[in-house]
Amino acid sequence: MAGAHRHLLVHAHSPIHALAPEAKIAATFLFVVGVAVTPREAVWAFAVDGLVILVLLAVAGYGLRQALARLAAVLPFITFAFLVPFVSSGERVDVLWFSVSRDGLWAAWNIIVKAVLGTGASLVLAGTTPIPEVVRGLGRLRVPAVVVSIVSFMFRYLDLIVDEMGRMRTAMVSRAHDPRWLWQAKPIASAAGAMFVRSYERGERVHAAMLARGFSGTMPELEHRRAGARDWTWCLLVPVVSISAAVAGFALT
Amino acid sequence: MYAMHAPDGFLEPTVALATAVISVVVLVFALRQSRRDLQDKQLPLAGIAAAFIFAAQMFNFPVASGTTGHLLGGALAAILLGPATGSVVVTIVVVVQALLFADGGLSALGYNVLNMAIVPAFGGYALFLLFRRIMPKNSGGIVGATGLAAALSVVLSAMAFSIEWLFGASAPIAFDDVFTAMVGVHLLIGIGEGLISALAIAAVLASRPDLVYGIRDLDQAEYTARTKVSTRTFVIGGVVTALLFAVVVSQFAADDPDGLEKVSIDEGFADQAQDHALGDSIFADYATSGIDNESLSLAIAGACGVVLTLVVGFGLFSAVRRGRQDEPDSSPAVV
Repeated sequence: MAGAHRHLLVHAHSPIHALAPEAKIAATFLFVVGVAVTPREAVWAFAVDGLVILVLLAVAGYGLRQALARLAAVLPFITFAFLVPFVSSGERVDVLWFSVSRDGLWAAWNIIVKAVLGTGASLVLAGTTPIPEVVRGLGRLRVPAVVVSIVSFMFRYLDLIVDEMGRMRTAMVSRAHDPRWLWQAKPIASAAGAMFVRSYERGERVHAAMLARGFSGTMPELEHRRAGARDWTWCLLVPVVSISAAVAGFALT
Repeated sequence: MYAMHAPDGFLEPTVALATAVISVVVLVFALRQSRRDLQDKQLPLAGIAAAFIFAAQMFNFPVASGTTGHLLGGALAAILLGPATGSVVVTIVVVVQALLFADGGLSALGYNVLNMAIVPAFGGYALFLLFRRIMPKNSGGIVGATGLAAALSVVLSAMAFSIEWLFGASAPIAFDDVFTAMVGVHLLIGIGEGLISALAIAAVLASRPDLVYGIRDLDQAEYTARTKVSTRTFVIGGVVTALLFAVVVSQFAADDPDGLEKVSIDEGFADQAQDHALGDSIFADYATSGIDNESLSLAIAGACGVVLTLVVGFGLFSAVRRGRQDEPDSSPAVV
């Protein structure tokens, strides 16, 4: 689990990697909104969106297995969807040897297709944008500076804290810690408490170090390339597709 | 547990938008309040606390026979850092998870932030303050109050989700069924959440009680002395939780012997309109099932809504009041 986010990036030099982060974040967000408002009966609209995502994943340099493995991350979140046709009300239809709700089937399709497309969109972003660029992009999109700074601190110390937790776990396991039931969870909870104290104290040390280096309450902004017309045009093409598909879906169904 | 990270398209866009507006408004307030609580330590402390919550969610604890669960941490964060900073920190974790890790949808952020960060942080903190008053005045009482508040904060989240479902269901499942399933499952999840949060607080109280925001206004010497009554506290806690559970479940047991079957019979002929235009989704037809259940559904939803609003509102209010009191002088306040 250590350093989970280190493995998000696809190491390639694709045109998508080169685009400015703020345009990519905005495009991802708008694309997903477009997908989310698409009426569920407009199956072809989702096919168009899916095609866009496949092309983007391919251009971004994802291998087939890599993309599928990461898309599988969505599975736990949509398990509920597989139950929907069975527990929904309304007209029943027979699928294989089950009697399920027709409306429930549509609902399940709606949740699954939107969740998968949303995951695909976030894979494209995460695979082509290093974390510091994501943070910078958020700032350019007028997310309040405080929030951006907190996010950047979070990423800066995430690996450290996760690794520290891993070491605690190793220490517990080497002392034959192998809990199987909830009432044996005390050492884990105590470790979490200890972890909080260490994190908080680290925060105070970091703050002291920042003061010593002249911190005045806000973080200095470093100059980096901003999104130009070219970035925005290419990026916004993607949500234009999903939103047009959604509008067409409303018009035609 | 995963049900809380709702994916895209789980609720109707109107609900996504409405919850996004509510979340943003609360967060703007929480950010300001957090700044007042932490001064310019806010950036490093909140950032590292966010990393802590992120990491804590990866820490698996055993549940039964080798299966594991993980901490959600909303109430724990609020009790350790204050509801304002706590909600900001958990929100950041939820947003980053959606943006880069595909945990929960981007268009679902409105309700995911509301359910996973704002409701558990402010609601959980309000419950903590309430339980703190009825618990024994020692560290055992604080630990017990944390456990109960953390356990019920998860249930509050489930209630919030169910109410949102009433307004913007994406599937024809009656509110009663969603409510029963969500609250039932989350009562179980709450047991783990409560136990782990309580023991984590106990560990912090034992080493750095001054870091626990939830007891800043109390006489710390009195509260940090090691006590051995925690078993009693846990028993009291268990009884209170069981009573709550009984009250909630009996509601359904009496009126709705077999929810699913009844609903399918009731609705068999009254086929839902296919039309699913945005405007219709408020109080969507299937939010309330058959006529018999309609008034009950609305009554439960209404009652939950009132409870949620009161509890979260009380959390918000106490955050403001704390902030105001801290400014003139930091004398211990009696809450």
